[in-house]
Amino acid sequence: MNRLRYVCIGNSAGAVGAAEAIRKYGGQGEIVFISDEPHHTYSRPLISYLLLGRTTEERMRYRGASFYDDLGIELKAPVKAVAIDLPKKRVILEGGEEEPYDKLLVATGSLPFIPAAEGLNRVKKVFSFMSLDDAKALEKAICPESRVLIIGAGLIGLKCAESLLERVKGIDVVDLAPRILSSILDEEGALIVQRHLADKGVAFHLAQSASSFEEGRAILSGGRTLDFDILVMAVGVKPNVDLAKAAGLEVGRGIIVNSRMETSAPDVYAAGDCTQSVDASSGVSKIMALLPNAYMQGECAGANMAGEKASFTKAISMNAIGFFGLHILTAGTYAGDSYLESDGNRYKKLFYSGNRLNGFILIGSEDRAGVYTSLIRDQTPLDEVDFDLLCRQPSLAAFARQARAAKLGGAQ
Amino acid sequence: MGSFDLMPDYEVARNYDRCIACRVCERQCSNLVHEYSEEIGRMTADDSKCVNCHRCVSLCPTRALKIVQSDNTYKLNCNWTSKSIKEIFTQASTGSVLLSSMGNPEDYPVYFDKMTINASQVTNPSIDPLREPMETRVFLGAKPEKIERDANGKIKCNLSPQLKLAMPMMFSAMSYGSISYNAHESLARAAEELDIYYNTGEGGLNEDFYKFGNNTIVQVASGRFGVHRKYLNQGAAVEIKMGQGAKPGIGGHLPGKKIDSDISRTRMTPEGSDAISPAPHHDIYSIEDLRQLVYSLKEATDYKLPIIVKIAAVHNVAAIASGIARSGADVISIDGFRGGTGAAPTRIRDCVGIPIELALASVDTRLRKEGIRDRVSIVAGGGIRSSTDIVKSIALGADCVYLGTSALLALGCHLCRSCQAGKCNWGIATQEPELVRRLNPDIGYKRLVNLMRAWQHEIEEIMGGMGINSIEALRGNRLMLRGVGLNEKELGILGILHAGE
Amino acid sequence: MKRVYVNEKWCLGCHLCEYYCAFAQTNKKDMAWALKDKKIFPNIRVEDDGAIHFAVSCRHCAEPICVKSCISGALSIVDGVIEIDKDKCIGCFTCILTCPYGAITPAENGQAIQKCELCVRTAEGTPQCAAHCPNAAIVYEDRG
Repeated sequence: MNRLRYVCIGNSAGAVGAAEAIRKYGGQGEIVFISDEPHHTYSRPLISYLLLGRTTEERMRYRGASFYDDLGIELKAPVKAVAIDLPKKRVILEGGEEEPYDKLLVATGSLPFIPAAEGLNRVKKVFSFMSLDDAKALEKAICPESRVLIIGAGLIGLKCAESLLERVKGIDVVDLAPRILSSILDEEGALIVQRHLADKGVAFHLAQSASSFEEGRAILSGGRTLDFDILVMAVGVKPNVDLAKAAGLEVGRGIIVNSRMETSAPDVYAAGDCTQSVDASSGVSKIMALLPNAYMQGECAGANMAGEKASFTKAISMNAIGFFGLHILTAGTYAGDSYLESDGNRYKKLFYSGNRLNGFILIGSEDRAGVYTSLIRDQTPLDEVDFDLLCRQPSLAAFARQARAAKLGGAQ
Repeated sequence: MGSFDLMPDYEVARNYDRCIACRVCERQCSNLVHEYSEEIGRMTADDSKCVNCHRCVSLCPTRALKIVQSDNTYKLNCNWTSKSIKEIFTQASTGSVLLSSMGNPEDYPVYFDKMTINASQVTNPSIDPLREPMETRVFLGAKPEKIERDANGKIKCNLSPQLKLAMPMMFSAMSYGSISYNAHESLARAAEELDIYYNTGEGGLNEDFYKFGNNTIVQVASGRFGVHRKYLNQGAAVEIKMGQGAKPGIGGHLPGKKIDSDISRTRMTPEGSDAISPAPHHDIYSIEDLRQLVYSLKEATDYKLPIIVKIAAVHNVAAIASGIARSGADVISIDGFRGGTGAAPTRIRDCVGIPIELALASVDTRLRKEGIRDRVSIVAGGGIRSSTDIVKSIALGADCVYLGTSALLALGCHLCRSCQAGKCNWGIATQEPELVRRLNPDIGYKRLVNLMRAWQHEIEEIMGGMGINSIEALRGNRLMLRGVGLNEKELGILGILHAGE
Repeated sequence: MKRVYVNEKWCLGCHLCEYYCAFAQTNKKDMAWALKDKKIFPNIRVEDDGAIHFAVSCRHCAEPICVKSCISGALSIVDGVIEIDKDKCIGCFTCILTCPYGAITPAENGQAIQKCELCVRTAEGTPQCAAHCPNAAIVYEDRG
């Protein structure tokens, strides 16, 4: 039990995870969230569902209405944190106000990456698709006659495409990569999803970039032009590390943290999209900008901020995403030998080497996928399970009776 | 060889308005009666395989199933019944002895149902068992003929070994092999909890169950399967099986396919080989021979255990019992013709032996007349169905009863009488692991305990009504019984008066 | 806390638990009426592999990775029971991707997930899989 003052820069999964852990582990001091968005904590990945009409602003709150009261959190928003004064242990806010901390969490998330392109500054209706305000602005801008051009066929770009397709006249998606969802899918998998989206009416222009823009028109690297009314830039995201960098924290591509979520400075922790940490499936330190990791990192940070000795070593890349009812579940790294099942619609590819499952891609085949994920996360030796059976179907029957009894006999 | 198409005995009546095609019937039928047809999207059934065990009926979550007796008949004939015709067809086709299981199901008189029990009124007040103690405890074994005192006037205690039962019931002999491991475990645990006894049957005793030894009667039969010194001394009593009510005069036959490695080890017979118990004990051709075995077993068990001799109820049962009482045995067990079996030739089961009620009464009468009733206790078995059957048995002269079929019913048996097939859907009369696991002893033993406690409670109520507060005072008390609709001869054998007398 | 456990030794693979679970979710009075001609979506599922059978449902983990991973905040722990708010759930299936037991499944409409909530919201209020298991393979008890 302690009465330290906890400050979190951020109001999303990382900060929420930290606050919940601080209270769980007996931290009783003040908790302050600093956010530059004027909203109750909400789930960013849900903005596409908001445009789809599958959720509402109320329902897409990441925690219930009484969250801040229940946990005794003071939310300062909208206000920007402009600096961290490490020696004096305080955060300086826009306008000069200062927030002293005993323990600080930097959970500043990520920002859209906008590449330089000629003429982009002359396009009036250009949007990002990261925040609730982005979504609201986009919604206001579209009409049934809109032609939408999305630059980037990644997770954000395609979720944006899905959310707008029924509400606009047409959608073009341009990506420099030769396949869609290139960060999570291999070629064959990407083709299945691309075909599915194309069948619904999304037009793809792959392996080319928008080299320059005019008002209402993009010129592609191949020379083709695309007319549009609305432009969405969804090329990628980058960790929001400016504040951390300026304060002198060690920063690579993201803020460097250890398994306890400690940064290079004492009493300063970081969690979520702004960090880089070790991927358990490959051992490589990288950015894993995923909400589940953000929460679990935040939770680990919060536990340590409250005085526990917690560590989080099971971070892996994973994605669950669906388009028009076709679900794609992926995890880990795509290295090693592979097992493949594909019938053109359902697709399963497992990657393994050195007696371990490294990663997988599942399209339209979600049943019990977590059994695979746990093999990666737990680094389960494959000779301890019936891997042939597992390849065919994720199943606890593939585990030895005793291992299964341990799994099912008591809650973990 | 060509065979006439035997019409099914039963038909699966499925209410398709209620069937949700969950397929539990299909998954649970070891006879492969039910099958889901993808083609028509419905459950189908092959009636000819159905043995009417009711596993599917019991588990069907929507009560969509019933099994009905087929009303398909051969041309009506009071002599050549459908049953006779079918049996002939079967034997003409197979050339085999007809095999059956469990007890004689034929339409013989049930004397238990023709006797009523007395109750007190006015002059001999009844006793309220809820307010006054009722003693159901029984001791089995030879009792002294008279009280002897030493020089100091103290009672001399040279009582021979006794079995002490909290209530006058025991589970009768059912071998490991004929019934499953889980059935045995259920019986053993129930016997322990109830402070009574169960009986190994002639298949030896699995070492896992040695811990229940204080509540175990170990059996020695003509095949001597699984008999060794440790086995004998593991029990609380030893039973010599001379005969069995379901198949008097013949031995036993456990098919090799029921003898897996565990049973083979327990029986000390080769795995997969048929275990055949000879019809007679080849060392017993007289009462004197029997006496030798009785004393051999007493010797082997240090004279600490009572010896039970079990016989089937046959025509001259009273004379045989008299001989046994003189052989040194402590307890005589009589098995009536309704007694069960895991497999017996149908003709033997249905046509050999006599009803337990008559056998019991005549044995008790004979031993009393000869003045040797106290030398032995009498255990009656074979078709005892309720607490009143027990009360009537005791009034006819039994010290306690053996329960086999009723115990199996408590475990889930639905009396389909197909034990000989080894595919018991209730996990009782089978050794197939997938089927054995259907009987969870945690459930099984509790159901046995429930049944026995319920019966004990009923016995106390009935005793109270008769104004009797100790079960010992009921034994042989035939005045507590009256016959209804029995002729003079029957009344004479039973030693009871007719109702109204 | 009481949870649903399966004693594999006694599981017969009869799959009745699945039907009683699906029935409980309907809150109807008659199973035939509730499930006739319908595909069922049970929250407990039996795995069969030869002679091995066992039922799997949510373990209600004390440290539930599904709750931690839920991107919409639709999964939460209420008095020890992991509950799903189907209004908040948008059916991204992240929980399906993370549950090591395979105990979470898509809901019938595919736009949310469903999972065992120990029947806290059913009319009976107590797990029907355990209540109707014919062999006491599924039990509802406190193992800490």
